[in-house]
Amino acid sequence: MPTEITLRLQINGEQVRRIIPANRSLLDFIREDLRLTGSKHGCDVGDCGACTVLVDGAPQLACITLAAECEGAAIRTIEGVTDGGGLHPIQEALHRHVGAQCGYCTPGIVMAMTSLLEADPHPSDSAINEALGSNICRCTGYTKILAAVREVARPGSPS
Amino acid sequence: MKQLVTLQINGEAQTSAVPPHWTLLEALRYGSGLTGSKQGCDKGDCGACTVLVDGQPQLACCSLAVTAQGKAVTTIEGVADARGPAAIQRAFDVCGALQCGFCQPGMILSASALLARDPDPSLEAIREALSGNLCRCTGYTRIYEAVALAARWLREPGDMRGEQANVMGPAAEGFSVVGAPLRKRDAIGKATGEVRFTDDLVLPRMLHGKFLRSPHAHARIVSIDTSAASALPGVFAVLVGSELTTSYGIIPWTPDETALAVGKVRYIGEAVAAVAAVDEDTAMKACRLITVTWDVLPPVLDPERALDADAPLVHEADPKGRALSSNLCKEVGLSFGDVDQALADAAVVIDDHWTYAGSTHAPIEPHCAIGSWDPDGRLTVWSSTQVGHYLHRELARVLGVAESAVRVIQPAVGGAFGGKSEPFDLEFAVAALSRKAGRPVKILYTREEVFYAHRGRHPMRFHFRIGADASGKITAVDNDILLDGGAYHSFGLVTAYYAGQLLSGPIDFGTYRFRSRRVYTNKPCNGPKRGHGSVQPRFPLETAVDEIAHRLGIDPIEMRRINALPERGGTTVNGQFVPSCGVRACLDAVEAASGWKERYASLPPGRGLGVATSMYISGTAYPIYPNDMPQSAVVLRGDRSGRITAFCGLNEIGQGSDSVIAWIVSEETGVPLSCIDVVSGDTDLCPVDLGAYSSRVTMMAGTAAKEAGERLGARMRDAVAAKLGVPPERMRRRTGFWFDGDDPERAVDHVTALRLAEAAAGMPLGEVGAFRTRKLGADYRGGTIGASPAYSATAHVVEVDVDRETGVVKIVGVWAAHDCGRAINPVTVRGQIEGSVYMGLSEALMEEMVHDGKGLLKATSLLDYRIMTSMDTPPIDAHIVESIDPVGPYGAKEAGEGPLHPAIPALANAIWHATGARMRTMPFTPERVLAAIRAVGTREQ
Repeated sequence: MPTEITLRLQINGEQVRRIIPANRSLLDFIREDLRLTGSKHGCDVGDCGACTVLVDGAPQLACITLAAECEGAAIRTIEGVTDGGGLHPIQEALHRHVGAQCGYCTPGIVMAMTSLLEADPHPSDSAINEALGSNICRCTGYTKILAAVREVARPGSPS
Repeated sequence: MKQLVTLQINGEAQTSAVPPHWTLLEALRYGSGLTGSKQGCDKGDCGACTVLVDGQPQLACCSLAVTAQGKAVTTIEGVADARGPAAIQRAFDVCGALQCGFCQPGMILSASALLARDPDPSLEAIREALSGNLCRCTGYTRIYEAVALAARWLREPGDMRGEQANVMGPAAEGFSVVGAPLRKRDAIGKATGEVRFTDDLVLPRMLHGKFLRSPHAHARIVSIDTSAASALPGVFAVLVGSELTTSYGIIPWTPDETALAVGKVRYIGEAVAAVAAVDEDTAMKACRLITVTWDVLPPVLDPERALDADAPLVHEADPKGRALSSNLCKEVGLSFGDVDQALADAAVVIDDHWTYAGSTHAPIEPHCAIGSWDPDGRLTVWSSTQVGHYLHRELARVLGVAESAVRVIQPAVGGAFGGKSEPFDLEFAVAALSRKAGRPVKILYTREEVFYAHRGRHPMRFHFRIGADASGKITAVDNDILLDGGAYHSFGLVTAYYAGQLLSGPIDFGTYRFRSRRVYTNKPCNGPKRGHGSVQPRFPLETAVDEIAHRLGIDPIEMRRINALPERGGTTVNGQFVPSCGVRACLDAVEAASGWKERYASLPPGRGLGVATSMYISGTAYPIYPNDMPQSAVVLRGDRSGRITAFCGLNEIGQGSDSVIAWIVSEETGVPLSCIDVVSGDTDLCPVDLGAYSSRVTMMAGTAAKEAGERLGARMRDAVAAKLGVPPERMRRRTGFWFDGDDPERAVDHVTALRLAEAAAGMPLGEVGAFRTRKLGADYRGGTIGASPAYSATAHVVEVDVDRETGVVKIVGVWAAHDCGRAINPVTVRGQIEGSVYMGLSEALMEEMVHDGKGLLKATSLLDYRIMTSMDTPPIDAHIVESIDPVGPYGAKEAGEGPLHPAIPALANAIWHATGARMRTMPFTPERVLAAIRAVGTREQ
């Protein structure tokens, strides 16, 4: 039986305190302990990006982050990408451009792009490409995802 | 500050940080996600939360989680092991001891503790061990049997296998499924705690809602200030009445309610505002921060006073905005024949006043709803409702969205009895709060709120006159009825009609007149409770008939035979056609079983027997809102794997309607029950069924299932016949096979039959069936209210022992015979009879909604509002009479409501037989019985 620790952190604006095994990944903590299943298991070794969440605003791969490392941190998952009601502009744009097919990688991509756009509302194409680099998508060929992100980054300009 | 607690839950050590004020129930349900233990009352009254702590039954809602530190806790999830459900769970299943299944997790743990200490418990020991676990469905009889059976299995384990087979007995002559005592399809899931009720569902990011409720019975809302509540951290949405002003009501002509009070409140407990917050504690705190400025008005509480010219008006205007000048909500008057002449000519006339107390359903599951909007603007509401379809319509109307944008899902319901058969404030509130907060919202009523939601049995006052000729034939009935409606309309116009219209059988009257007036008062709204509107007037009728019998020297059972409607094709005095009426056979059955003939004349003082009868509808002729579409429909999907899925919008509330559909489909197709799925209670997936009310489901959804099953069966038959090269009419089926009737060796299994049928059709197998409205009822205004495709009949004999010094009435025996037309499953029919008898006796003996002078309901818990426990409920001897109705599927009629009616007058007649005291007022509490006995004594001096 692994050592248990007490973990306190903020998840989508709410304080939680849980007893968890010290070796629990942030992804398992989010999915199993908090029952927020929007963040996905794709590879469990940090290769695919489907588990991307924001830790204190920065994108992080939840599957290779220990929950214990996040003591006191503020975590945002796909369920908390907007405060309440409605869609985030990046979600709306992805929807409009049909940027999701199977949708399994989409939560991670939305989180990565949210972080990018919150740091820089008008990123360059190369910054978008760079930021999207850790998220693998096998359905779309990325074209429509990029178009959606560009539209949010540079409203009005041709994508 | 949270505290660390380590519990050995079902053999596993679990450490969690819990708030120190959390109960063990909260720690189990919220902390560990073990939702098998139920929250029924939250104050230790109902026992639904019972778990074992170090082997002893304990109420988890009344123990703090921290006090269980280090202890072994067994929940219902830990009763079964890797070999499967435990003996006690299997016994509950096999005996048909589970209806809604909400109280059973607690009950099974109490029973387990009993069996651990007493391997061969007596009936009295079983009743005592279960006395802390309230059940409102079963009447306990099947539960006593289940515990005794489990004890036997544990003593002689070899015994168990045979009784576990899916089919526990033969079907009726000529059938393969119909008439067999089968297990209900959801029973074992309920016995193991796996079945999810609404409050067991948890959605990601779900908020919890609470209501601020009115402390005044009658007051104008001058202003509401919600700013402090909105500012409280953790609060996500606050809602007041002015945000949701569209009025609603179950009856389309009388929508007089709003989700939250608008302008004024009309009873103590009416919802004024609602809050959604991260948890219930925060939501409650926020409710306390809302300030309402009231202009308090005088309440009107007595229904007779409510009709005075100077009485305060509960409603100043009707739903159309027209000013009202009185509290009269509905008045109905109908007359059939010359009642006055018949009374003048009668050999005996009884002329007196009766009072029927109001009672409430008290299902063990409090109402619960969850609302959630998806990003496309579609609303889903999960609710513990009996009427998913009507809720669907009203949600769309009140929220101002298209019906196509609303989905209603009804998870398992923990008892209803009519108390969940219209829309309630919480269903609108979760939807509106969720729309505001952008997150799912759940509201679970407290037990106190269940009492305010109410919609229970109307208190009624009767001036009742009845006349008979010298031969005992009832020649006239004249009934003036005053119904205390409470604050809103609910089903009111139907109730007002039913109080008169449904009385006209099985006792046939020569002439009949009634006036029925329903009035508004400043109390929680009355509505339909099991036997809607027609239970109450049977109290005066059946006690007065008893009195006439004694005056004329006629045996009370014979008196009812003399006056019974014909067995086939009778028409009541008010023009309702009754295709079948088995009341004579019911009377024969209870007369024989109770030993009436041998014992009636020779019982010692203080001991008495009483008889009464009734008749009840099997569904209403017409839907609540007029339309030409079917009242129920079933869609079947046949699959090449060998399964059939039946989709039907019916609401399974523990009565077993899902199982009825499966049994009928199996009967018609030969597909085994293990290969039939039923999807119900979901407005997105299922064709419409109007809901679980007015005892309509077996009649209407059953007819739809039979029609769809016949069509699918015909496809299978024809395809197999073609394959075997025999004419289709020679094909026969039995469970699992279709075969050549002339050569049964030539058989095809059901999987192959489905494949052949799919190949023959060239497309997937789908069939539909429906129950369509037929023209029924008599040709006068109101003549269709009370019209039904078929009517059940019931007779009860009750035996009591009355303590003449204290007035305490002990029920010694109950014999109930019910004509359900055809018992599609005798076990579930018996369960309905027993549960009905229990519920009727309980309201006769002790139940009453009592308000103080300000309109405050005095009893708002399951301790203060007294209901019969296992200690008060003797085993009930239920008999099934099958009149094989010409209309119902396989001849079936209703069984869920009719058997309640005679319990009250039969008990009253037994009290008279024991003491000479005629009870005119309910409930028959020791005080009232003693006063009635003393009044007789005074008269005799």
